[in-house]
This record gives sequence, structure tokens and C-alpha cells, in this order.
Amino acid sequence: MSVTPERAAALLQGKRIVVAKPGLDGHDIGAKVIALALRNAGAEVIYTGLRKSPEHIARVAVDEGVDAVGLSVLSGSHRELVRQLLDELKRLDAADIKVFVGGTIPADDFAELASLGVRGVYTSDQSLAEVVESLARELT
Amino acid sequence: MNAPESRRLASPQLTQISAAGIDVPVKAGAEAVDPYRIGEPGAYPFTRGIFPDGFRGRLWTIRQYSGFGTAEESNERYRFLLDQGQTGLSVALDLPTQCGYDPIDPIARPEIGKVGVSLSNLGEAEVLFNGLDLAAISTSFTINGTAAIIYAMYLAVADKRGVPRAKLTGTIQNDILKEYVARGTWIFPVRPSMRLIADTILFSNDATPRFNPISIAGAHVRDAGATAAEEMAYTLANGLAYVEELRRRGGDVEKFAKRLSFFFYVHMDFFDEVAKFRAGRRLWAQLMKERYGVSDPKAQHFRFGVVCGGSSLVAAQPYNNIVRVAVETMAAVMGGAQSIFTCAFDEAFQIPTEFSAEIAVRTQQMIAYESGIARSVDPLGGSYFVEHHTDRMQESIEGVMREIDDYGGVIKAIEDGWLQMRLAERALERKLRIDSGETVVVGQNHFRRDDQRNEIGEVFHLDPTVAGRVLEKYQRVRDTRSAVAVDASLARLAQAAANDGENLMPYLIDCCHAYATVGEMVATLKKEWGEFQEPVRL
Repeated sequence: MSVTPERAAALLQGKRIVVAKPGLDGHDIGAKVIALALRNAGAEVIYTGLRKSPEHIARVAVDEGVDAVGLSVLSGSHRELVRQLLDELKRLDAADIKVFVGGTIPADDFAELASLGVRGVYTSDQSLAEVVESLARELT
Repeated sequence: MNAPESRRLASPQLTQISAAGIDVPVKAGAEAVDPYRIGEPGAYPFTRGIFPDGFRGRLWTIRQYSGFGTAEESNERYRFLLDQGQTGLSVALDLPTQCGYDPIDPIARPEIGKVGVSLSNLGEAEVLFNGLDLAAISTSFTINGTAAIIYAMYLAVADKRGVPRAKLTGTIQNDILKEYVARGTWIFPVRPSMRLIADTILFSNDATPRFNPISIAGAHVRDAGATAAEEMAYTLANGLAYVEELRRRGGDVEKFAKRLSFFFYVHMDFFDEVAKFRAGRRLWAQLMKERYGVSDPKAQHFRFGVVCGGSSLVAAQPYNNIVRVAVETMAAVMGGAQSIFTCAFDEAFQIPTEFSAEIAVRTQQMIAYESGIARSVDPLGGSYFVEHHTDRMQESIEGVMREIDDYGGVIKAIEDGWLQMRLAERALERKLRIDSGETVVVGQNHFRRDDQRNEIGEVFHLDPTVAGRVLEKYQRVRDTRSAVAVDASLARLAQAAANDGENLMPYLIDCCHAYATVGEMVATLKKEWGEFQEPVRL
């Protein structure tokens, strides 16, 4: 079986993306699956590993000059953590880095996250091809 | 949200490969059954269950995972669940407690009370168990990195209440190996963590002989992407690693093996699940007898609890999850589980409401008392197909265990990140099979209605004042306890931690009695042992 959603192949060629696990949530398989899918779609992916502070993630994003940061949160702390990351990116004069969120995110929170500046929210019922295509649209 | 690929009009075909990758014959015959290999219920090799009378002697424990917010709110939910006929408590702890941070730590703040109750010191534990009879209920804690500390805290509560330690029943999960692979609440490096686990088991065998000091868990690797066979294989491999560590520490396998217990997920492929439990139970008994010469049947017993639901729950059309959980519960009963946790149908989204939590308990009660499937022990035993499938499952499990051995054992596989990488690849495959529609998920990738929102009725809202109240109580304990007693108990803990042969449990219990906090005890141990360095391999 192919490990690349075929219609998504090469859509993210040349893009650099940080995939990060902020806070204490240790459920990392979603983040890793997304990281593998983005890499298979041509992106250069930097995966942070677990338990990173928003400050650390923002610093990595700036140092690596990435196009986007994808946060994965399943513990219900996404609102606080997203806000902290966006503030930190602003503080580092890097508000142009686009932020995406995935995990256990209740639909009721989508609008609030969008209003904070999140460019896309992804949940487990979406296909990887949809996620890659959506990211590709946002990053061009 | 809905790509054209996920709208399917034609009904999918039934495949001949099970979810675990086992080729399923359309018809199995008498040649599939070897009576010697199957044995009798309650007799070696225990394919048909560890008790001769199955559930007739004793029903499985109905044990719902629960806990959120403050100790006061969780205590109230526990009383509600016990009033509904639940027979054991299962305590969910918040992430700061699980990872060893006090609530005031900046990394802890956003997580206080979110996925479980905040339990930073003995004062909180006293509130959590207020009014509950510790000698009568069995309490299970899903706790790993800080398991020794939470166990010490439970003993300290019992001490203060005058409940003899020997009367306590319950379980701490205390399985750190799978945390490195899938669940992520590790704290210390692998080797000192193994020592801490051996300390708890050896201490518990004497002090709390009715308590399960470990529940070796496959559930989390399963939810992360492992197949049923891999779930069982990783769990047995981890179990053997603990057995080796305990023997190295001078433990007697005939004694400690009696208190080892196991924990799994049940997903939707019914016969995979039944076969997984029957095969795992047989294989463990064989390993104990043949590899370690264990002769006491109780030390060959493979006792396990399960969760029905988890990642097999689907966000689309959430009421369908009630049916999924019922099917999975039947598989757990047919597989001979000792305790069952049924997820609530809305658990794919949120902490269950009282409404959904009650349906989950009722599901077990209907299966136990209305369906009649629990009357006869191992009613599927001797079925041509089930015995055939159990044998194939066992071969599959043994194959995965051999691969781990060939790599150099489970500890090396974890320290190198090999197992983690393997699991991530498996998860990607599983996701792509769902995306392509090859794996059918009703209501999501097949038989989907695009005009529906995922309505779940009542929504659970965590009280926004939780964090504030937790911090206030934490400060009050810090202000009123004896700083001298705390410092002295922590200093003795540090000294004991530096000496490999010392059992840390008595020192941790002393710290708890002095109202030292989880964060303080963990910081003390980190100073001696350092922290796990996650191998980030992708």
C-alpha cells in the first residue's frame, strides 16, 4: 500500500513546517501521522517531540524559518496553548508564520480559534489528503 | 469537510482479512480443534479462562474511568457512579499529576483538572476519597510516571483513616514501558523507572497483598495504531521485561507473578478480540510455566481489564457508538475479562456527561444480566472457527515478539525509538486504509450523511474556576504544613534514591504524610536520576 495519499503528492514541495506537541499531552501518534503525511507530500518537516512550551515552539519556528506551525493537542488545553503560541510569534516579529491546529477540538471552538488567527483546524475524521490540500491552499 | 472520496453509495464488500491481518477461512472444520491445546476452563493453559466457573462465580468488575476538575467534583461523581451500581472506582488524574508537575508550574497551568483530577498532595487525596469506604471499594489509578507516589498517597490516606493496608484492593497502572512508546507521561530514564516499578511491586506484595501494583497495558499502543496481535505482543514483551527486572532484584516469580495484571482495548473486529484474549492468556501461562518454571496456577493466571471504545469511537453520528461499545463489551465478556470499562458515546469529543456515562454502565448491566452470554464459561470454546482463529492469533503474536527479541529486546527498542517509529508507520497505514474506504467506518467513510452535524445533545463544560480553586488549595497546604518535616522527608528520599538497593516506597509514604507535593518528590528524584530523553525519530 502506498504511504502517500497520491493526489496530495508533491503539493507541499519546498514548504517547511514545524509539527509540535505543546503542553503535557502525550498522545503523539496523530502528530506523527500528520508529520509523515506532510513529508510524503514534499514538505520538510521538523517534529519537536513531546512537552514543548509555546515559547520553545515559536523559537524553533523562527530559527528554522518555517512557513507554518502545526500544533497537536488532545487534552482540551488548545485554546490557552494556541493563544500563547500566537502571542509568542508576535513577540518574535514572526506573525507571518501560519498556525494550524489538530487534535480533539470541539466544533464549538473552531470560530474562536479562527478569530485568534488560526488558519486551519483539523480533526481525525478528515482524510490526510484533505489536510494536505488545505495546507497547500493556505501556504501558497 | 467532505471530500468526494468519502461519499460512497455502493455497499462495501466483506473482506477475508481480519483487522489484525489474519486470513479468515469462509468455513473452518473439525480439523481446526485440538482438545489438548484448548484444555478446560480454570486449567492450564487457560485458553478457556482462569476460573472453572467463569462469571458464575464472580461477575467482572464494572469500572468506569472517571475524574475531572477538583477533588471535590470528582468525589461527587464517584458517589454518583457507585450509586448507579458501579463496583469499582477508576481514578483519572490530570496531566500535571501524571507528569509530576505541581499546579503552579507554568507548564501545568493550562492543563489543571482537564483530563482528570488534580491530585498534588495528601490533602487533595483526603478530599477525593472522603466518605468512601477504602476497605470495601477497589480503586484503580491510571497512573504511570508518578505511580509510586500516588500509590504512596493512597496508603497514606488509608493510614490516616485507620484502614489496615492489607485490606486495600485496587490497581495502579504503573507500566512505564508503554508510556515511552505511546502515551507519553514518562519522567525518568528507562532504567531508574524500572527500579521504581520493581520497588512498588515488591513492597506491595507484602504490604498490600490484595492490591495489583501493575497493570501492564497494551491499550495505548493499540489506540495509537497497533493491531490486536501487536497490542498483545508488545504487552507480553513488556510483561517479561518487568519479570526480568523483578528477578534481578531478588523477587520470587511464584509470588510476584500472582499480582501482575494486564489491560487492553477492545476494538470492533469481534473474533480478533476474542481470539486475542484467549491466545494471550494461553501464551502467558505457557511462558510462566515453561520459561520460569512457575508451578502455582495463580502465578500463571493472565488477569486483565479492558476498555471498550477508545479510538474505535467515531465522531460522525455519535449515537452509533453505543452500539459499537455494546459489541465490544460482548467480545470482552467472551474473551473472559476481569474488569470492563465501557466508554460513553460522546467520549470521542469530551468528558462524558452523567447522561452518557449512565448509558455506558447500563450497557454492561444489560449484557451481564439480560443477554445471558455470561452464564456459561467460554461459550465459544471448541468452536471450529474460534479455535482456528485463536491459534492463528497466537502465531501472529509470537511472530511480533520474535521481531522485538531479534532487535535486541523491548528496552533497547524503546530507547532507540524503533518501536515508536514502527507504531507511527502502522498508524499511518491504518489512517490511509480508512481514508481510502478499505476499512469501513459506518457513518464516516461509508453510509455517511453530509447533511448532518455531529449532534451529541448535552455538552460537558468544565467549570472555569477549577484552576483557580486548585491553586488556592495548593497554596493553603503549602502555608499550613511543617516545612521542616517536608524538607527532612525529601532529604531522606534523595538519599535512598542514590542507593540502588533501597526500596523507595517507605520514603515516599513518609513524604506524603508530611504533605510534600508530587512536584517536590519528582523534582527530588529527577536530581538523582535525570529525565528521559525522548528519541525523536521520524
